[in-house]
Amino acid sequence: MSLGPYTSFIVTSYLLAAIVVLMLIAWIAVDYRRQKQRLRELDASGMTRRSGRSAADIR
Amino acid sequence: MQIACNVYDDYQDAMTLIDLANPTRFLTLTARLLPWLAALTAILLLVGLYQSAMAPDDYQQGATVKIMFIHVPNAWLSMFVWGVMSLAALGTLVWRHPLADVAAKAAAPIGAAFTFLALLTGSLWGRPMWGTYWEWDARLTSVLILFLMYLGLIALWRAVEDPSRAARAAAILTLVGAINLPIIKFSVDWWNTLHQPASVMRMGGPSLDQAFLIPLLVMAVAFSLLFVTLHLAAMRNEILRRRVRALQMMQVSRRSA
Repeated sequence: MSLGPYTSFIVTSYLLAAIVVLMLIAWIAVDYRRQKQRLRELDASGMTRRSGRSAADIR
Repeated sequence: MQIACNVYDDYQDAMTLIDLANPTRFLTLTARLLPWLAALTAILLLVGLYQSAMAPDDYQQGATVKIMFIHVPNAWLSMFVWGVMSLAALGTLVWRHPLADVAAKAAAPIGAAFTFLALLTGSLWGRPMWGTYWEWDARLTSVLILFLMYLGLIALWRAVEDPSRAARAAAILTLVGAINLPIIKFSVDWWNTLHQPASVMRMGGPSLDQAFLIPLLVMAVAFSLLFVTLHLAAMRNEILRRRVRALQMMQVSRRSA
């Protein structure tokens, strides 16, 4: 597959799209872990939800 | 008896909506859906990328037409996400749906990323085709304004600590910003722009050849699924963040009591 004289523009477009999408996925995954960690810490300190469920129980 | 059955059916439908409004039930549903959605998105993205790589060169644009397969889905989603946020804004202001502002807040960074990619890939497509990375024409400028509005909304959410107060201000800003959507869509018809007119969503059907149209549609569906997956995951994070905040406030009030 030859991309002709504008290979750099095409490859850069796809690479940048991949980087931005991967950064978005990583940010959401890290944020999820951080929130779960905070809930576990609150659970360990004895804080429970109004329903009486554990703070760390995410459902 | 028939009337009673109809009333019961309506009640059942309403119950389904109420069930989804419950953050706890939403988290359960999200936990079940996310792995399937992520897998489907990955498969469709791989198929779309393969089809894009195998698509023939355009007789005028050559291989640069391949940039279209990522530029156009991102451009569509940049507007679609603002549309979703506008519906969520109505949910906040009119129906006071418990998850509406969660949906709006979670969508903003994802929409900003899609808009950024639309601008970036459009610029990289413009240089070899138009001879310039940027032109202050109606389409490009209106999309840049959309990107700046996304950033403004994200800043507003971060500036106001109480999520319910931030939600109302953000909802009003979102609905005002929705005026920009028809301007973006019809800018190529209303003004003389360097950007080409619509070639897929137009009266008389798409003007693209099937060799380009099919990979483009597959990529559009794949990116749309990517948005749904990321949006549900970001909404889940936001619900957990609010749960953390509520528990921390309870902790502080217990200590001070």
